[in-house]
Amino acid sequence: MTAALALDQFRVTLADQSVVHLDVSVQAGEVLTLMGPSGSGKSTALAAMIGTLAPDFRQSGRIWLAGRDITGLPTHARRIGLMFQDDLLFPHLSVGGNLAFALPPRVKDRALVVAAALVDAGLSGFDHRDPATLSGGQRARVALLRTLLAEPKALLLDEPFSRLDAGLRGQIRSFVFDQARARGLPVILVTHDIEDARAAGGRVLTPLGQAVGIGPAPV
Amino acid sequence: MALPVLAGLLGTLIPALDGGFDRLAEWPGLRGAMGLSLVTGFASTGVSLALALLLTAALYGTPAFVRVQRLLAPVLSLPHAAAALGLAFLLAPSGWIARAISPWATGWTVPPDLLTLNDTGGVALILGLVVKEVPFLLLMILSALPQTDAARRMMLCRTLGYGRVRGFALTVLPALYPQLRLPVYAVLAYAMTSVETALILGPTLPPSLSAQVVLWMNAPDLQGRGLAAAGAVVQLVLVIGALLVWRAGEILCRIALPALAQSGRRGLWLDQPLAILARVMGGGLALAMAAALAGLALWSVAGPWQFPDALPDRLTLSTWSRALPDLRDSAVVTLAIAALSTLAALALVLGCLEAEHRFALHPGAGAMWLLYLPLVMPQVAFLPGVQMLALQAGLGGTVLAVALMHLVFVLPYVFLSLSAPFRAWDTRIAAAGATLGAAPARVFWRLRLPMLMAPVLTAAAVGMAVSIGQYLPTLMAGGGRVETVTTAAVALASGGNRRLIGAYGLLQIVLPALGFVLELALPALVWRNRRGMRA
Amino acid sequence: MDRRRFGQLTALFALGASLPRMALAGEWEAVLAEAQGQTVYWHAWGGDPKINDFIAWVGEQAQAQYGVTLEHVKLASTADAVAQVLAERDAGKTTGGAVDLIWINGENFAAMKAAGLLHGPFAENLPNWPLVDVAGKPAVVTDFTLPTEGFESPWAMAQLVFEYDSARVATPPRSVTALADWAAANPGRFTYPQPPDYLGTTFLKQVLYGVMADPSVLQAPVDEASYAAQVAPLWAYLDALHPNLWRAAQAFPQNEPALGQLLADAEVDIAFAFNPGRASAEIAAGTLPDTVRTVTFDGGTIGNASFVAIPFNATARAGAQVVANLILSPAVQARAQDPAVLGFQTVLNLAALTPEDRARFDALSLGVATLSPAELGPALLEPHASWMTRIAADWVARYGVAQ
Repeated sequence: MTAALALDQFRVTLADQSVVHLDVSVQAGEVLTLMGPSGSGKSTALAAMIGTLAPDFRQSGRIWLAGRDITGLPTHARRIGLMFQDDLLFPHLSVGGNLAFALPPRVKDRALVVAAALVDAGLSGFDHRDPATLSGGQRARVALLRTLLAEPKALLLDEPFSRLDAGLRGQIRSFVFDQARARGLPVILVTHDIEDARAAGGRVLTPLGQAVGIGPAPV
Repeated sequence: MALPVLAGLLGTLIPALDGGFDRLAEWPGLRGAMGLSLVTGFASTGVSLALALLLTAALYGTPAFVRVQRLLAPVLSLPHAAAALGLAFLLAPSGWIARAISPWATGWTVPPDLLTLNDTGGVALILGLVVKEVPFLLLMILSALPQTDAARRMMLCRTLGYGRVRGFALTVLPALYPQLRLPVYAVLAYAMTSVETALILGPTLPPSLSAQVVLWMNAPDLQGRGLAAAGAVVQLVLVIGALLVWRAGEILCRIALPALAQSGRRGLWLDQPLAILARVMGGGLALAMAAALAGLALWSVAGPWQFPDALPDRLTLSTWSRALPDLRDSAVVTLAIAALSTLAALALVLGCLEAEHRFALHPGAGAMWLLYLPLVMPQVAFLPGVQMLALQAGLGGTVLAVALMHLVFVLPYVFLSLSAPFRAWDTRIAAAGATLGAAPARVFWRLRLPMLMAPVLTAAAVGMAVSIGQYLPTLMAGGGRVETVTTAAVALASGGNRRLIGAYGLLQIVLPALGFVLELALPALVWRNRRGMRA
Repeated sequence: MDRRRFGQLTALFALGASLPRMALAGEWEAVLAEAQGQTVYWHAWGGDPKINDFIAWVGEQAQAQYGVTLEHVKLASTADAVAQVLAERDAGKTTGGAVDLIWINGENFAAMKAAGLLHGPFAENLPNWPLVDVAGKPAVVTDFTLPTEGFESPWAMAQLVFEYDSARVATPPRSVTALADWAAANPGRFTYPQPPDYLGTTFLKQVLYGVMADPSVLQAPVDEASYAAQVAPLWAYLDALHPNLWRAAQAFPQNEPALGQLLADAEVDIAFAFNPGRASAEIAAGTLPDTVRTVTFDGGTIGNASFVAIPFNATARAGAQVVANLILSPAVQARAQDPAVLGFQTVLNLAALTPEDRARFDALSLGVATLSPAELGPALLEPHASWMTRIAADWVARYGVAQ
């Protein structure tokens, strides 16, 4: 079986300097962590994977997703879901509106699907809420729901837990990983937080492809 | 944008070659008119820029500055002609100020023989320009300030012991001015070439060059058109010369500024008097505008009103009821033209900005100059040529021709007003939408446009106001057949009927104000349940 | 021959002249048929609401009687319409022009006629032409000494009258010299519109009549050889007058209504207008105090006629002729002469009218400030158009560039 997500000699350079160099595949349900200090190319790697790289960068190699070469596709056709540092909920839409925006157009009974998803996430009855009135944990859960309702074939996480306070972080982290595993999604997590990397429980690489030792989780 | 301007310029130049320059050189008023153009241009631009900067430096971050911001939109939406007419009512020796203080304080039972309007030095004209240009420059400053990190720079200066004004001049101004440069050039060019303000408030012995050019265009002897064309070309050269002089002044300031900054003087003593000056002058301008508008309104409902009565004998709606059919017709035409030109401008500007975003384009300084060309180019220099083109295209005298003509002037303002908020929009929202499977078109229509509703409406209101205020372009493209409230008001101004002028002037103010009311009310209504959409 | 007898003779002559016109009746029927449904754009100065209202009323009549829609294009200056037609000709637009009818006279007419920008002759073929008082009011066929030759049709007579506030001026001056003396005694209380404005230049011509050794030369074109000597008294007069003018001649009102507004605001005590009924109409409208009266000079004041003309490329040529004819009808002329409406003097020969039509004029009251035809005194002929252009240009060179 081919890997769910494969980066094949995937390289990004800026002015002849390598910023990203990854040759790795991620299986369904597996979490690959990219780690490094700020400025190390983590965000560049993400932008390249979703196809929003600034024109100054050069990119080579291929990205395979579920057996399909998506390297040349525009962002919206790649079917890679992304969770940002900020939840980036659309402020002009209600919570339900945010989720319905993500649902593919072929889905019928959209209001029902949205309501059911909210119930599953413990946010039942939140359809008409203004996103600006939600708590941080609620916003993070709505953001993940929105990403998953778009039916992605892979999930990228861009430091999605860094803005959450410590108490909430573990809870949201396991919510996200559980949901991803339940759907059999390959996941790439970008973080500078070693705790995130440990919780992910998979391989840890720098954007240039070197393995990072993170040691065992403290007891 | 450049095409109509350059084609129009060419169309203007050709009649000038037919002996126009020789006759212009023989006109004894040439030196006086040129001098007047230069004096009013430099004086009104200098005073307006200084006052706008002073208001910002002395009041930025204070409650008074918030009040200034609130006053901007209504004053900006005021057409030049209406502002000038209102001021004329106020300042004339038989005007409201003199009536208010007569005869009890002055002993005047007939108006004093004082040259307060149309003075040969152009002081009234300069004042009329300043009241309109200060709000425009303030708006430009407000939109540029966020990109200069002004609040933190000023705070830093304060902690180093510098006064507000000196700190502003030394640290914020150098970052601010480059973004203000083109608007300032537009103000300078406009002040040198304004026609309607000059006709209403300016001297007449001789008038400023641009006003004289329009008079020549209308000269009955048909020789006037060559003369007008030659005058327009001279006006253009004059404007270019003045812009070069201004540029030289900028360079001098840039050289002088670092030396000032290194002297270490804190300029604390400046703050108090300059803050008072800013408040007095800003307040004075606001008060003058308010009184001018109230005067327009009052004259439109005035019955008999002899000097020196401060108020009319009685109020009557007869002016309004008599003029109602005409007022209604011209209001409808005005709004139709404004809507057409503004919608077209919005579509073009949004298209350009969206293309810039999608294809990661970076418009250079050249593109900005192109955009500003119609604002910097003297209208009298290219509009006659455009009129000729419109006639040849069979478009002369239609609402469509006027709307197209207006588009040339509406577009830059819509772009100026919309580009900053459009570019400032968080593009990660677009990325988020795309990773959710939304194509660029869906991102634009469902995310970017709704989220930018408030600035889009602001741009629309600005565009409508610009269109409503156009005088010469309407006259030229409309061939006299298309009457807007502004062309009607300026035509009436020559007749001196204060009641009717008041009615048209008021309409000139009310129509654009409607746009700004809508601009404030609509987002508040639509986003009443969206806390994240409130600025 | 007294004026009435002369008028009767003219009426007879007009009757005779109308015989061949009967043959043209069929042609006029064709014009009426063509005009039906046309829209006529009448370019006329729009600075006076009373005139605007009158034109709107004429439009209602045109619509009701002939199915012609009249659109008043309100101009700041008649020259705007001239410039429009000229621009159209330069752009090669020989049909379908924007201007169908222009309110015109004097130098604008001379310029357009000379440049071949006018349609015609048409005026003397209008069915109402026989009613026009050609003999009694020669100005209806002679516009600034230029024969109209049917290229424009008259619609109102005008004569210069001085307006003064009797509350402040007990004995108004009745000659140009007396006017200068009065101004010297009352500095800052008189002015005139800035030439080349029409009324302002008319004032200069009135002064010429008063100070020239031989005013009859005004009826011929300007003679370069003797011009300077002939007009020297005018400049001497103005040099002496200007220091005593409103604002010491540092500023001038721009036109007739602006001058009228100065009188209404009590900024001046004496003004003047080209319409003997203006003061009464403004008093009736409440914009002038009811103490304003009018006066003319002992030697007479300048009088002329206003006309309408049709550009060579007019779109609604037939409709324009129908409107020109309508304006010559006794009903419209009587309304224009009503001081409550316009107070314009009629161009018609009252003796040629039917008793019912004459009764329309007899029923009009003069108005509180309007002079009777006898009090109005003689109307002086307009000088040749070259005088107007020349003295206006010289005025601008001498006084118009004071900076």
